[in-house]
Amino acid sequence: MTDAPTATASSVAAATGAEALPKSRFDTLPLLLTAIVALAAWPAVGSTSTWLTLTFAGLAMGMIVFIAASGLTLVFGLMDVLNFGHSVFIALGAYVTTSVFAATLGWTSVASLAPTLAAVFVAMLAAMLLGGVVGLGFERVIVRPVYGQHLKQILVTIGGAIIGEELIKVVWGPAQIPLPLPEALRGSVLVGDAAVEKFRLVAVVVGLVVLIALLYTLNRTKIGLLIRAGVQDREMVESLGYRIRRLFVGVFAAGSALAGLGGSLWGMNQQIVVPQIGGQVNVLLFIVIIIGGLGSTLGCLVGALVIGLMTNYVGFLAPKLTMFSSIGLMVAVLVWRPQGLYPVTNR
Amino acid sequence: MLLDRLFSHDRPRNRWLAVVLVAIVVALALTPFIFPGTKALNVAAKVIVFIVLAASFDLLLGYTGIVSFAHTMFFGIGAYGIAIASTRIGPTWAAMALGALAALLLSAVLSLLIGLFSLRVKAIFFAMITLAVASAFATLASQLSDFTGGEDGLTFKVPEALRPGTEYAAEPFLGASIDGRFVTYYLIFVVALLLVLALLRIVNSPFGRVLQAIRENDFRAEAIGYRTVVYRTIASVASALFATLAGVLLALWLRYNGPDTTLSFEIMLDVLLIVVIGGMGTMYGAVVGSVLLVLAQNYLQDVMKIAASAVQDVPLLAQVVSPDRWLLWLGILFVLSVYYFPSGVVGRLRAMRRN
Repeated sequence: MTDAPTATASSVAAATGAEALPKSRFDTLPLLLTAIVALAAWPAVGSTSTWLTLTFAGLAMGMIVFIAASGLTLVFGLMDVLNFGHSVFIALGAYVTTSVFAATLGWTSVASLAPTLAAVFVAMLAAMLLGGVVGLGFERVIVRPVYGQHLKQILVTIGGAIIGEELIKVVWGPAQIPLPLPEALRGSVLVGDAAVEKFRLVAVVVGLVVLIALLYTLNRTKIGLLIRAGVQDREMVESLGYRIRRLFVGVFAAGSALAGLGGSLWGMNQQIVVPQIGGQVNVLLFIVIIIGGLGSTLGCLVGALVIGLMTNYVGFLAPKLTMFSSIGLMVAVLVWRPQGLYPVTNR
Repeated sequence: MLLDRLFSHDRPRNRWLAVVLVAIVVALALTPFIFPGTKALNVAAKVIVFIVLAASFDLLLGYTGIVSFAHTMFFGIGAYGIAIASTRIGPTWAAMALGALAALLLSAVLSLLIGLFSLRVKAIFFAMITLAVASAFATLASQLSDFTGGEDGLTFKVPEALRPGTEYAAEPFLGASIDGRFVTYYLIFVVALLLVLALLRIVNSPFGRVLQAIRENDFRAEAIGYRTVVYRTIASVASALFATLAGVLLALWLRYNGPDTTLSFEIMLDVLLIVVIGGMGTMYGAVVGSVLLVLAQNYLQDVMKIAASAVQDVPLLAQVVSPDRWLLWLGILFVLSVYYFPSGVVGRLRAMRRN
């Protein structure tokens, strides 16, 4: 399956003869899958305005999930480390947000937009910062001693997740904390017939900013080039003289920061924060990165969008089946493409 | 020798470990007589059930080297099998047997499907997929409230002979009242003993040796000619069946089952803690680990309460040693044992002999 596009691309290159490096063709089928899921739900939902609302909600949720999952998939792609402790950073982000909102009550309780957005921005920034810093420590203490040992990695990162969750309980207490949306972000705006919640608009904008920043960094900077090369072939990058470990520490911290940001948004989305919040999202993240293809950033985005849409449609049509629809989708995708939507070639 | 046959030639291989194991078995066997009170009996029964559950998980984690997060799902299936059969059909032995059989069948089919579907690829894949399936199952169990009692769970009756009200002797014998609870306790004890010995038999059979070969180097095992997918799948089905039986035992003891008792991720973490701290790939580790964890769960909090009251004036420290944070300390112990004692308490004890 992975060979087919390469083969056609190289035969094209051979035919023209002029191109030194054949450009790999972009695989659009998975993107179509998103559209197919959305369109298939249209007749099932019935009313167009409801469908539009659900679709937008799905895309917003997909964006949040993508932000939270992007670090997980990059870390796995680069160093072959699957971090079961990723959930800690999500929970951390959500809790930091509650603290920031509590501290900036004057900004969030007024109806005007500017101070509210400032508070949200500060909350997201704090969540990212703390996520990144804790991520550095987590990498040093928990992950570094067990590179290359899968079984131990799974166990140790789970242990890290247990400890992290307990420490969160120490700092913020074990009880659930309500996280009401700021006054100015409640309610929805009408776009045509569809009601679009204001908070989801914010989530989509933030998601797009992260996506663009991520795509720019990965595709247009030298660090991005090294990361992509490292995902493809770690030893080769190392033998060219780059310290992949240092790169990896950076990616781990960035991934944790993104998880913090995702957790902040997810907490606002749920409007209630419990210590187990990270564990609940983690299952979703795993499904997303399996669907996308372990290690693939684009796959992670498509997987997150598909899962976000699916969850919202099924949540509307048959709420009891929500979780199963995600798993069913995962099974279907894996039957179609056993390595995920965008397989990373060397795995 | 009979004893050797019984232990499948896999003896504790260390004097202290043997002493500890004998002490545990004797203490569990005599709990109704030497530790009076319901709490002690409940704790002992929980230890027994967790020994079976953790030992069956060790077959997967320690001997085959695969991490599954769906183990509590099978545990829950066993417990729900008994609970649902009892509420739907009635508290008879036939209903219990039917419930247990149906649960075993469901577990076998589910584990076979998951295994065939995901054991072909990397171990990490299996871990993630089982995690997803298990959480979906837990959601399903709490949503099908007509059938499973939802979040509240099911409280049900056990057969006449096992009920607390059934008196077998008018007078207490050596301080233990001989009633239905007493019989249930020994029923669980004997069945669990047989199950653990059966697991010991499995891991020391030629089949078990192949599993260990796969754990050490699956590529080489495949090259020798063993079909690793088949072996891994059989191991995961067998382990699921044993977990189901552990669930059956738990349901018989508690006369209640709900999502939090058997299906929750916390139980899964407990099992992981038991197997890793006790010692992966040793079977005896499950015994030692279960005792440690359940005792910690029930009594460490009392110790921490004392510690917390001693340092209650120090703000953060008091939080960290507060009795509700016992899991924090077990988590730290867990990480430390993965780093420094990969073969756990049992491996540590065994290594002592060599030095």
